Amino acid sequence: MKPTPSFNRSLWVFHLNSGSCNGCEIEIVATLMPRYDPERFGIKLVGSPKHADVILVTGPVTKKMADRVKRTYEQVPDPKVVMCIGTCGESGGVFYDSYSLAGPIDDVIPVDVYVSGCPPRPEAIIHGVVKALAKLERLEAAP
Amino acid sequence: MTGEKTKTVPYTVPVGPIHPALKEPVMFTFTMEGEQVRDVDFAPGQTHRGIEWMGMRRNPVQIVHLTDRICGICGLVHSLAFARAVEQVAEIEVPARADYIRTIMGELERIQSHLLWAGVAAHELGFDTLLYLSWRVREQAMDLIELISGNRVNYAMIQIGGVRRDITPEQIPKIRELLSTYKGLQEKLLQIFLRDASITLRCRDHGILSPQMARDLCVVGPTARASGIRMDVRVDYPYAAYGDLEIEPILPDRLTGEIRGDVYDRIIVRLLEIPQSIDIIEQCLAAMPEGNIIWEPKLAKLLLTLKKAKGEAVGRHEAPRGEVLHYVRMDGKESPTTWKVKASSYSNLMSWIPMLRGEQIADIPIIVASIDPCLSCTDRVAIVRGTGRSIMTKEDLHRLSVEKTRRLQR
Ligand code: SF4
Repeated sequence: MKPTPSFNRSLWVFHLNSGSCNGCEIEIVATLMPRYDPERFGIKLVGSPKHADVILVTGPVTKKMADRVKRTYEQVPDPKVVMCIGTCGESGGVFYDSYSLAGPIDDVIPVDVYVSGCPPRPEAIIHGVVKALAKLERLEAAP
Repeated sequence: MTGEKTKTVPYTVPVGPIHPALKEPVMFTFTMEGEQVRDVDFAPGQTHRGIEWMGMRRNPVQIVHLTDRICGICGLVHSLAFARAVEQVAEIEVPARADYIRTIMGELERIQSHLLWAGVAAHELGFDTLLYLSWRVREQAMDLIELISGNRVNYAMIQIGGVRRDITPEQIPKIRELLSTYKGLQEKLLQIFLRDASITLRCRDHGILSPQMARDLCVVGPTARASGIRMDVRVDYPYAAYGDLEIEPILPDRLTGEIRGDVYDRIIVRLLEIPQSIDIIEQCLAAMPEGNIIWEPKLAKLLLTLKKAKGEAVGRHEAPRGEVLHYVRMDGKESPTTWKVKASSYSNLMSWIPMLRGEQIADIPIIVASIDPCLSCTDRVAIVRGTGRSIMTKEDLHRLSVEKTRRLQR
């Protein structure tokens, strides 16, 4: 489905922890705080996936969370963007050889934007959101 | 849901594992009677990554980087406790300067962690302005941590035998500047948190943990101190530079003259620990000796020593949330034979049950947040292989742990 103009003006994000170490969550929350103040761009954290345009997934996806990650993804209305925050969601990171992983995240749900770093800095997360916006604009421009 | 027309009390409210309150997954099942919590059960385990198992396949220097990522808020405590355990096994002596740097970093971490918690608590109370204030001032501590270690989170400061980065003379004025900023803020924070009528109404006499219960459940850290238990690893078993410093465990009666063990008392303890940490850092800056920061800077040599080490030891540290404990056993091999991590929240989570019983549904978030829970460090495997069951009783778990200890002793 094509995104509408109002969609890319105001992105509501839902944060989903799929078994992370907390480092990335803290940086996501720090990003939303007054120093960076992304709310001036309409970026806001919401409490339910059903209200969200973007989901930020952190962590390497543990076996126990895999099904829940899928179900949360399905609950986000289309059009949606999935952002993978942190190295361990990209590749497993330091947890690469763990027995309890079902992921990296893109084995479980499709990812649009990857933000690397363990954890990425708030600036990097904002940069990722900008990339997500750019992708949506491209989608919109396409016939 | 049953098809019946009338629903009889009590009814069950499941919350989680994905929910907007905490940033980590945990599943609660509340048995409610009207607005009142009659009983509560919770199921952690969603963020279990098998860190101990991975660690037993890596060498101790690699494990240090893994311990950084046990928990993102406690970027130092696990690596410090682990390093202390390994240092004892390998009989490595840490240079005095490194001990002081470890202490300074540990206290900076406590400051940022308590400010983080203060913000989360304010958010759970619906006081978002205060969340923004706490997190804005926390950024200053994060900047300093970044200046010293190069990272905001997961600082990678600790190495076995010392620390990886020195505190340079140019950094010291910056540290002092931060300390005086925080000193100026302290009164404001206390004023807002403790004299605000709605915070007092929502927190006084709610979520009570009696001293007896606290002892029975073996809670640690600020949660235990708020219930009147005088315990603090920094005082009881000094390590790093803590033995040289003046520290007193902080109990809530210091401010109010009484101990009630409620949410309000837990706020007091954490808020008073911020000036205590400032004081500790000042003492450290005054007494910090010159010298090496690491026992052996060459990794290959360090690894060779560690490969030969034999024995077992326990490393402990008073984390912002309470005692962490790492048990390490090494048998002259590349990797440790056993590595066991007991994080502070592991001891504290069970206190949710007595705290939540009889409380109102609206107070659940703040009571849950009042112990400053952290699950990434705590989660264990929930399903034990080979038993065919997913629920284990206390007796089963005890039997399994005895069997495991036997196996290890062989
Ligand atoms: S990427 Fe690093 S900081 Fe982020 S959740 Fe994974 S291990 Fe933690």
